Amino acid sequence: MARFAWLTILLPLLGALANGFLAARRPSAKRLVSLIGPGVLLAAFAVAIGAAIEVAGTEEAIRIQLWTWMPVTERLHIDLALQLDRLSVVLLLVVTGVGSLIHLFSIGYMRSDPGYARYFAYLNLFVAFMLILVLGASLPVSFIGWEGVGLCSYLLIGFWFEVDANSDAGKKAFLANRIGDFGVLVAMFLIWWTLGTLDYAGIDATAAATLPLGGTLATVIALLLFLGCTGKSAQIPLFVWLPDAMAGPTPVSALIHAATMVTAGVFLVVRTGVLFSLAPFAMEIVAITGALTAFFAATIGLRQYDIKKVLAYSTVSQLGYMFLAVGSGAWTAGIFHLVTHAFFKALLFLGAGSVIHAMHHAHHAVGAHDDAQDMRNMGGLRTAMPWTFRLMMIATLAIAGVPGLSGFFSKDEILASAFARGDHSTVYLVAWGLGVAAALMTAYYMARLMAMTFYGTFRGGGEVEGHLHEAPAVMTGPLVVLGGLSLVGGLLNLPAVVGGGQWLEHWLEPVLAPANLLLDPLHLPHGTTEYLLLGGAILIAVVGLTLGFRMTLGRPIPLPADTPAPRGLARLLEGKYFVDEFYQRVIVGPLVWFSKTVLWRGFDQFVIDRIAVAGSARLAQGLGWLGSRLQTGQVALYVSLFAVGAVLVLRALIGG
Amino acid sequence: MLLGPSLAVSAILFAIGVAGVLIRRNAIVVFMCVELMLNAVNLTFVALSEVHGMGGQIMVFFVMTVAAAEAAVGLAIILAIFRHTQSVDLKSLNLLKG
Repeated sequence: MARFAWLTILLPLLGALANGFLAARRPSAKRLVSLIGPGVLLAAFAVAIGAAIEVAGTEEAIRIQLWTWMPVTERLHIDLALQLDRLSVVLLLVVTGVGSLIHLFSIGYMRSDPGYARYFAYLNLFVAFMLILVLGASLPVSFIGWEGVGLCSYLLIGFWFEVDANSDAGKKAFLANRIGDFGVLVAMFLIWWTLGTLDYAGIDATAAATLPLGGTLATVIALLLFLGCTGKSAQIPLFVWLPDAMAGPTPVSALIHAATMVTAGVFLVVRTGVLFSLAPFAMEIVAITGALTAFFAATIGLRQYDIKKVLAYSTVSQLGYMFLAVGSGAWTAGIFHLVTHAFFKALLFLGAGSVIHAMHHAHHAVGAHDDAQDMRNMGGLRTAMPWTFRLMMIATLAIAGVPGLSGFFSKDEILASAFARGDHSTVYLVAWGLGVAAALMTAYYMARLMAMTFYGTFRGGGEVEGHLHEAPAVMTGPLVVLGGLSLVGGLLNLPAVVGGGQWLEHWLEPVLAPANLLLDPLHLPHGTTEYLLLGGAILIAVVGLTLGFRMTLGRPIPLPADTPAPRGLARLLEGKYFVDEFYQRVIVGPLVWFSKTVLWRGFDQFVIDRIAVAGSARLAQGLGWLGSRLQTGQVALYVSLFAVGAVLVLRALIGG
Repeated sequence: MLLGPSLAVSAILFAIGVAGVLIRRNAIVVFMCVELMLNAVNLTFVALSEVHGMGGQIMVFFVMTVAAAEAAVGLAIILAIFRHTQSVDLKSLNLLKG
């Protein structure tokens, strides 16, 4: 089956073409679209399972050569090849599996949207590109996918492009990603220049022998790659696009901006783990950036009222954890959290989608124009939407780190790894501290979200309340599956302390061996320290959740219009630290000023328009004027010039 | 035999013709000066045929024919100009001024 892994890319691609054709010609053929869109994904998932079974039997990477892409020289010879190994197959299963569920959910969520076919065309295209990214055997092939998912993200954020804010959010995402992509491109050039290869296998084989450990070049390459990751995975300083990306349809937020695309950065770091292992300084930067992002995004999440914005900052924060993990050299922990996060965050987003769907329809039914995403308009939804409530509760407990659920194990492993790395450098201890603080806030803001949405009484008015209803089965079905996965996802890599076999660790071992060879082995805490850390993690989850519920429900929640303007720290958090405003003033403003005065007025209008275009015309005109002075109309002058000329010619002929 | 004096006379005639064309303002006089130059050339042809054979004399006939035609056309033009402007003063005929 692994031989046919390219089918997993081709199927969604064909789906995208078919749906795109329908979107252009027969937008009303919704039933056909509902068949093709999720259908190709389920087929791809089936192929992926087959491939995974075959990969499980071998420790070697399976390379599938499709065709030669750039046969430039002996040295620069790039094949369009796919690599199926134990790392890519994990991502392959997550993307097709969670992707299928989200496609199914979308059938219900997008049913009444006029752009139904276009939506599925984009979504299918996204999956195709995501799989190219994951399955590519070399950096350039993955980069096709890397850029492609960026394109689809842009298209889907601005899906409802009639509203300016949505298309602006799409542009913002695209631009922030371009900055990161620049880093990846330069890193690729440097890798090819030093190692002479861009294949992952080639990098694994040659990097350690060519690049000195801790050398400048390795550090620069690793940092440039990480710049790309900060763009794609929304880390400081390029995280600003992800919260705005919530302008897209909610299933898109679940698939692209929570479960798959934004984790591509983590995947890239693990994939090129050798290069990062050679650059301990870059690793520290990755870890501390991740920890800072986890911390600051969590603080912003404390004070948001838009249900999707809370989840967006939560995603940024959880991605920070993943980078903290890979920065600590705990590659498995990063991938582990990537997988469990895909489960519970997709569930949270889809749950939020279900809530928004219900709110929107209830508002629509009574002709109200309240914000369907503002949690201040919700409350008490658990009676109307019991299934959504229960499943979101599972995801909340999972992300908060309640023992036994998936998020507990993955997050705990990350924090333990960072703590263990603290032996090497205090940076990791700081990062660990930030991670612990972020964990407390995670539990708090998730409890706050649940309390504001599902507990208490409905604040949006009795008439609206009467129209609230649970989502249809096609939407709750995927939620149930994701709920199950969020519950048991931790089994993937159960730590030894609870009798687990760390299955994922052993599964990924062959892939990570070249990178691990260069790193000092992680000595995860044992005995008393381990129990203390575990106990602390449990305590934090419980305290955070309790505080979140108590403090939210302990006082009345005002409607959006009645909410007093925030002051002090609350204002800072609600304003998202004013990072957008800061960028606007420090980067965008000067850039616009420079473009306007120097480039536009100075160069384009003055140099090009005035000097080059109008100037050359003036020059020709002036020369013509000079020549026309001879043309007096006096025959005598012409004749005398003619005579002088004739004499000169004669002189030249005779005297020559 | 008389080659040197003949060429000298023709050169003098030609120079007079050129000077006339350059200096005079009356179109008819200028025209006559052009004729003078043509005839100076004719004289040169005839004189040189002493040395180079009869080709020069044949050329003289051609020149005379062309000169006759030119005189006809030229006078007609001058006449037309005069009818139009009541003047044959070349100084006032500067419509082609740039």
